[in-house]
Amino acid sequence: MKFDLQDIYKNDDTPETSELALKTDEPLNKSRKEKSAVLIIHPRPKRSDWLWYSLLIVVAALFIELVIDNPRWKWDIVAHYLFSKRVISGLENTLILTACASALGLCLGLIIMACRMSSNPVLKGFAYIYIWTIRAIPPIAMLLFLFFVSAIVPRIYLPLPVLGGNLFDIDTTTLISRFSAAVIGLALYLGGYSAEIFRGGIMAIEPGQREASKAIGMSDFQMMFHVVMPQALRVIIPPLANELITMFKSTSLVTVIGYVELLTTVQLIYSTNFETIPLLTVACIWYLFLTSIAMGVQSLLEWHFSKGAKR
Amino acid sequence: MNNNVTALQLNKETQPLLDMRAITKNFGAFTALDAVDFSLYKGDVVAIIGPSGSGKSTLLRCINMLELINSGTITFKGEVLGTEMRGERCIRAPKKVLDRQRRYFGMVFQGFHLFPHYTVLENVLAGPCIVGRKKRAEVTELGKKLLARVGLADRIHHYPSQLSGGQKQRVAIARALAMDPEVMLFDEPTSALDPELVNEVLDVMRELAAAGTTMIIVTHEMEFARKVANKVVLMDGGVIVDQGSPAHIFSGGGTERCKRFLSSLGLRENS
Repeated sequence: MKFDLQDIYKNDDTPETSELALKTDEPLNKSRKEKSAVLIIHPRPKRSDWLWYSLLIVVAALFIELVIDNPRWKWDIVAHYLFSKRVISGLENTLILTACASALGLCLGLIIMACRMSSNPVLKGFAYIYIWTIRAIPPIAMLLFLFFVSAIVPRIYLPLPVLGGNLFDIDTTTLISRFSAAVIGLALYLGGYSAEIFRGGIMAIEPGQREASKAIGMSDFQMMFHVVMPQALRVIIPPLANELITMFKSTSLVTVIGYVELLTTVQLIYSTNFETIPLLTVACIWYLFLTSIAMGVQSLLEWHFSKGAKR
Repeated sequence: MNNNVTALQLNKETQPLLDMRAITKNFGAFTALDAVDFSLYKGDVVAIIGPSGSGKSTLLRCINMLELINSGTITFKGEVLGTEMRGERCIRAPKKVLDRQRRYFGMVFQGFHLFPHYTVLENVLAGPCIVGRKKRAEVTELGKKLLARVGLADRIHHYPSQLSGGQKQRVAIARALAMDPEVMLFDEPTSALDPELVNEVLDVMRELAAAGTTMIIVTHEMEFARKVANKVVLMDGGVIVDQGSPAHIFSGGGTERCKRFLSSLGLRENS
């Protein structure tokens, strides 16, 4: 046993020592040396592998048969509508709605997060109730509520207590269009959900980072902006990207208040020409395309904010 | 109270730089500091020793207000830290004032707490650039000089994750020095390090002490405390039980508790 151990160590050592070792225990050492020179270790072949490869071929064949080569899918109609004026303008509406609701929703999320994490019980309670409400109410119900808010609050005005008269007085119906109701409704949702994502990201940063920032004299804002947020973003980006991509599909919900975005557009088209499947395919191709872009941007951001995390 | 007299005699200046009077800190029902009095003079190197949970880190963290005291007064160069009087009532000073007052002190933590998204140089420049609002180009030289001082001139563009524990702690010291603090606070700076890395950090601290930096060091390194400090404070149960010159403390001090603590260390060394 003793010799064995010594050989193992001496093998990689200087030639003299391994020669010494050879004399003491020649046959064992020699065979080990020869083998280590030629033996390359390969992964163990898995017999299950071929099963998955053949399954892949079957699935690919089915996809070609049922989707690509299927005349009932009517790819010529898909191609015809993919870049048609109506579809593109619907797509534009989807993008504008997503952009506006996302921007507003993220700002709202930051505010709600700040309230939720504040030490003031009033702000904390407000944020808590807000998140609770948003989680409870189905988005379609919320959109309808907002659209019909003029039925509950016909006029929005701010009276001036001493001077008399109103600072402003607006008819609610002029304020709430299909578009603004859609933006506000979706933003309210994103606000609630992203607030929790932001909070999770900030809580993931160890308290030592704040103490170190404070110890060199940073203000709360400097600490948040320069130390906490850049690190929290690494944690925040994946769930936030999820939420934003969901948002961009949720825009299709605004069909209930009659705002014409991508999905509503194709629904309107197939309700007249009955080409349901090809038109839904058109919408899905656009959603796939836009989601790919969003995921590309996500990867870029993740790479950017992983600075210092890799070795 | 003989000990206080000997401590005072170590310094020729009579006006303390930092003066803490009757400091009490509670964590819920637990009293971490119980009416502690502590003074620091310019150029002092004070080592705070004692068993874990004795309140030594808490005392250090109360000085730069990472923990806010529940009662007592901290005065730095005659300026009251962290509180102000509103008539008869003592209330906390606004956050802005606390942020400014923290700049009198540089702090080095047990867990380093470097900013992982910044390079070594950016970590050191974080104070001057973000807090001091200086242009990066103005302070780059200062940053490089400080990193050379802690022996890391060749690591300035590395990220903290690429450094060893000892190197991280030396960057943390350079980061604290970059704000040009009047007092350096060290909270168990070598406790999280592998044994072979402890000395590279202690060497830097030794060099700082030799250059006349005023320092307070919470430490378990008794040999270091004995050789580098000019005053040793022994804490237990949230109070200072003994203080004085290293010779005084390590020869048994003036109290029974001090002797017990030293003998417990002796036992640990023998086993």
